[in-house]
Amino acid sequence: MSMDLIHYGIGRWLHILFGMVWVGMLYYFNFVQVEALKRAAAETPPTGAGIVRHVAPLALAYFRYASIATVLMGFYLLGDRAGDVLTFRERAYVPIGIGAWLGLIMFFNVWVLIWPNQKKVLGLVSAGEDEKGRARRVAFLASRVNTMLSIPMLFFMVASGGIFRRAMFA
Amino acid sequence: MKHPLDSLWGTVIAGLILTALLYFLARKMMGM
Repeated sequence: MSMDLIHYGIGRWLHILFGMVWVGMLYYFNFVQVEALKRAAAETPPTGAGIVRHVAPLALAYFRYASIATVLMGFYLLGDRAGDVLTFRERAYVPIGIGAWLGLIMFFNVWVLIWPNQKKVLGLVSAGEDEKGRARRVAFLASRVNTMLSIPMLFFMVASGGIFRRAMFA
Repeated sequence: MKHPLDSLWGTVIAGLILTALLYFLARKMMGM
């Protein structure tokens, strides 16, 4: 088995696999859980406790660890060209460089804005009601920003090679 | 005031607009 097959074949497969888990969970939060919790909160008595207690922590765990695996596999794929790609040193690196930057901003949002604030919302760290309210808003908006960024991120990932690249950037 | 990202449609539309802007920026950066 050649090193290229492991690096670019299996490496890309795993990068996409972990990325699907990450963005899949992100879409679950944004498209499903936010709306489900809103409906559950409107019932009397509120019925969302099970989601907050059992579903959200598990989904968040897959979400944040998949983000690490995705970014690590991304850097593995870029190899020693990572610096050149992220600084757009060659014109050919522009599409994948933009995709990589969008992914890195999303990764930052996961670990700096979403997860620390979700810990307060879920009661995993102590926080007053006011602080919880602020944390909920920051985590929600960061999550929405990531959903927004995932759209161009995916475009630049798939448009950085093959027939799509030739169509978009030839 | 409601934030555009409060709405799912607002989020998706913002993502599509950003994709178009970045696409033209990428082409410019590539000298196309």
